[in-house]
This record gives sequence, C-alpha cells and structure tokens, in this order.
Amino acid sequence: MRLDVILRVIAKLLLPFTVVFGFYVHFHAETSPGGGFQAGVVIGAGVILYAIIFGLDEAIKIVPVRVVELLVSVGTLIFLGVGIVGWLLGGNYLDYYALPIADPIISQEVGIHLVEIGVLMAVTGAVIAIFYAFAGRGRSR
Amino acid sequence: MIADHLPALQVVLPLVAATVCAMVDRRHVAYVIALLTSFAMPLIAVALLIQVLDQGVISYAMGGWEPPIGIEYRIDVANAFVLVILSLVAALIMPYAARSVAAEIPENKQAWFYCMYLLCLSGLLGITITGDAFNAFVFLEISSLATYVLIAMGADRRALLAAFQYLVMGTIGATFYVVGVGLLYTMTGTLNFADIAARLQELDIETSRPVLAALAFITVGIGLKVAMFPLHAWLPNAYAGAPSVATAFLAATATKVAVYLLLRYFYTIFGFDVVFVQHPVAQVLLILAVAGMFAGSLIAIFQDNIKRMLAWSSVAQIGYILLGVSLINHTALTGGIVHLFNHALIKGALFFAVGGFALMAGTVRISQLAGIGRTMPVTMAAFVLAGLSLIGVPGTVGFVSKWYLVLGAFEAGMWWVGFLILITSLLAVVYLGRVVEVAFFRDPEGGAAKAIEPPLSMLAPTWILVAACIVFGIDAELTAGTAMQAASVLIEGLR
Repeated sequence: MRLDVILRVIAKLLLPFTVVFGFYVHFHAETSPGGGFQAGVVIGAGVILYAIIFGLDEAIKIVPVRVVELLVSVGTLIFLGVGIVGWLLGGNYLDYYALPIADPIISQEVGIHLVEIGVLMAVTGAVIAIFYAFAGRGRSR
Repeated sequence: MIADHLPALQVVLPLVAATVCAMVDRRHVAYVIALLTSFAMPLIAVALLIQVLDQGVISYAMGGWEPPIGIEYRIDVANAFVLVILSLVAALIMPYAARSVAAEIPENKQAWFYCMYLLCLSGLLGITITGDAFNAFVFLEISSLATYVLIAMGADRRALLAAFQYLVMGTIGATFYVVGVGLLYTMTGTLNFADIAARLQELDIETSRPVLAALAFITVGIGLKVAMFPLHAWLPNAYAGAPSVATAFLAATATKVAVYLLLRYFYTIFGFDVVFVQHPVAQVLLILAVAGMFAGSLIAIFQDNIKRMLAWSSVAQIGYILLGVSLINHTALTGGIVHLFNHALIKGALFFAVGGFALMAGTVRISQLAGIGRTMPVTMAAFVLAGLSLIGVPGTVGFVSKWYLVLGAFEAGMWWVGFLILITSLLAVVYLGRVVEVAFFRDPEGGAAKAIEPPLSMLAPTWILVAACIVFGIDAELTAGTAMQAASVLIEGLR
C-alpha cells in the first residue's frame, strides 16, 4: 500500500508548478498561445492528478463539489457580467470600449482579461466536475 | 435605451438566468427565476417583431464591432416570427412545469433542470437571432448540449440511452454543419450571413466545388437537427425518454429552429437559383418529406407509448414543413412557415395533455389509459381538440397549414402531392383515434380509474394552446399573414 511513495511525493511536488504554469498560460496569452480555456484545463488537470494519487475523497476535501459548481456558474456569470457592464455604460453588449478607461487599447485589454478570468474559472470547474462525475460513479447508490 | 438592446437582451437574459439558477442551486429560487425569465421572453420578442414590421431589418453589432467583422444580430420578419414562437412556448411551459417537474425530477436536480431549460432556450433563441454562421454553430451547441442533459433527466433508464444516441447523432450533425461553414469561410473569407451571400454572388458556383460541398454538408448537418427523414432516428427515443416538460418544450421548439436555419441557408445565403434551380435540392427534399410523412404516420399507428406515438407524428409533421420548402413557391413556403407556428401550438398542447396523464395516472401507455376520458375529461378534451388540429379539421390551425400546402402543391402543378397530404392526414386519424377509442369507450381501470384532473397550473397552459389552435384556425390573418411576409422576405432576400 505504501509502495506509491514516489508517486505521492512527485505528485505533491508537481502540483504547485502545475497551478503556476496554468496561471502563466492564462496571463501570458496576450503575447503567446494560451488563454483562459487552456489554463483552466491545466489547473483542472492538477486537481485531477491529486485526486488520482490521493483518492477522490481527499480531492473533494480540498475542492468540494459545491465549490466546483460555483466555479462553473460564477465564471460564466463574470463573462456575461462584463458584457452587461458594457451595456450599462452606454455601449453595445460586450463593448469593451465602453469601459471607463481613457485609453481605448487598455480598455480592450481590461475587457478581454476580465472575460478570460471568467473562462478560466468556468473551465477549471467544468474539467473537475467531469472528473468527479466519472470517478464518483456508483458511489451514491 | 433598452429598445436598442432588445436583440442582445433576448439571448443574454436567459443565459444569465441559467447561470444564476446553477449558482443558487435552490429549486424554488431557480423556478421563480426561470418563470420570470420565460415571461419576459415574449415581451421582448413581440417588441422586436413590431419594430421589424415597422422599420424593417434590425441589425445589432455585438461588442460594438461593426458587421461583417464582428458578430451581427440581424432580425427580419422571418426570424422575428420564429422568436415569437419560441418565447410564447417558453412563457406557457414554465407555469405548467412547476408540478410536472416536481413529480418527475429528483429534488436535488430540479435547479439544474431549470438551468438546462434556460440554456436550451437561450441557445435556440441565439440560433434564430444571429446573423453569423459560426455564432449560429456556438448556439447550436449550447442548445444541443442542454438538450442532451434535459433528455437524460428522464426517469426511465432508457432516457440515458436515448440521450447518448442523440448526443452521437447531434454531434455528427454539428460537425457536418461546422465543416460546411469552414468550407464557406475558405471560399469567401467571411462568416456574416449577408456578407457570405454577397461574396457567393461573385463566385462562379458551378465550378466551385467547395461551395457545393458546403451546401451538402450544411444541409445534412442541419437535416440531422431537423430530424429530416431518414436522419430522424434519434427523435422518437429522445422524446419518449425525456421528462414531460422537456418533451413538450423540445417538440414545440427545437426542430422549428433547425428548419428556420435551413431556410436561412437555402434562401438567404446560397440563394434560390443555386439551391433550387441549378441543383435538384427541392426534388430530393420533396421525396424525403413525403417519405417522412408516410413513415412517421405509419409507425405512429403501432406505438403503445403516447409520447413515442406523438414523436413519430412529429417526424411526419416535419415532413409537411419540408414539403412546404420543397415545392418552391410562395404559397407552399407560407404553408411550411405557418406550420412551424401551428405545429408548435398543436404538439405543445398534445404533450401538455400527455404530461397531465403522466402526472395523474402515472402512465403514458395507451393500453393502460383505458377510460381516462371519463376520469380526466377536461385534459382528454384538450387532447382531442389538439388532435383534431393535428389531423387538419377545418376550423383548426392544422387546416390552415394544410390548405396552403395543398394550394402550393396545385400551384406547382403537382396535384398528387395534395392527395398524399390527404392520405397522411387520414393516417393521423387512425393513430389519434386509437387513443380516443381507448380513453372514452373502455371502462376505467388501473391508474386511469383513480386519476383526477391535473391542477389548474397545468390545465390552463394546455387550454390556452388548444384555444390558440382554434382561434388561429378560424382567423388565420395574423399567423398566415406574418408567415406570408416571412416567405416574401426569404424569397426576395436572394435577389
């Protein structure tokens, strides 16, 4: 049972790097390939790795099901909310130019960053939710 | 200020409502959100229709990016009409849903059910409202994914299989669609419907294979979503397995939207000449439509499960709608478009009544519903009246649709098509007659004997739809008039 020491240690070592790499992919997407979607998958994969090595219950202790559900819905809501802010400030839906920033290029940047944060949260949540659903099959019965 | 943003609001509102439903995850709160959102939908849609009838086409630039660069929401009479159908069905289904969902869906999944319903609604509205080929694909996926979940929530384990079957078929359909869009994009360099149409005019389509391949891919891809014969195999299982509310909603809306999208491609994008004059699309559609009408009606006769029977009948009704498209004249197209609306009313009413049986008698099998007409006379009367509409008895909406279709057939010089419409209507008499016979002329037994009328929250929406079937059957000015305008817009849009 304890023969998997190497796996446990390596997994624990990998975990912070996975998450940091996820954020790197997220924030560096401005100048290189990447973005909220890819970053979300990477971070989600980190949680999945943890669940595979330490068991589903341990993973659920760290990222409870309710948190996963909230990640998905709040992430989507952030995306939609940025659009609505554009509305309230007099632009069309999802119009970043309407954001209250003087430089139009920066306002586009801010807009897309906010949207991507929403995407990051939603995708992280969705990837984990899919894994939980599969790994938890037959448990509730 | 709000009036300018109605096109975006129509889609964004249900989308936001869906995420809020998922976020709170409380079934009562979710229901109230879904109810209020559904009530807001027809207000927006009717306002849009009035605006369009008043001032012509509305164009809304998403994110302030002007079309054809950005995503454009473009509303003319044709899709404003479809928006009204969708949102009216949505507004009627939510009051109805309260009791039926409470009985059929596990408590901890009800908030998610409403979330999925709202997602599906916003996806369908999005497909209808958008003027962008790829945006239409995204909404197609939103609505389809939500639909798979809705179907899988059915109480029966077979619902899972039906959902999976539809998932596989639907994904193939969506892939075909996106391959077609990709081909169009390579040839024209744009995704905006109007812009694609303008650039296709400059191409010599006869020698441009990719465009023809795109036409083929898109027709088959959307044909799967329409449940065009012989791509209909997913539909009966899906409708039979899904919860009653989901079945009623999907039967009244989902295939209609797909038909609209097909019309949009045939008429607005590829254009009348390419699709119907230079290539035999109409002839192929005509054969498939007639085959669907007969296969659907014949198989419906042998079903014991009423939901499955009505699903097969839907396959036949989609045949009528496609028939209206394939006869390529204004009258027939009017018939096809008005049948989009009329069939939504009829099937909505029928599935609402069946949902009542499922809730109060606990079964939807004809063999177990003996005498249900005596214990649930009000519901059964609604079923009979909606059934008469489905057959096409004069004074009901079904007659209006078939009248235009038959006129269109004669106009096209194909009198025998009118004859075929008559035969399939008689087949509808047979399969609906079986239900009526069992319901009224047998003594109540089993669950049917103890059944009482469903609550008013379910009866009222059912009877509103039945009343609409009759009102719009007697005075077709509004529906057929709008359909006629929509047909004109589509036919003229190409020149």
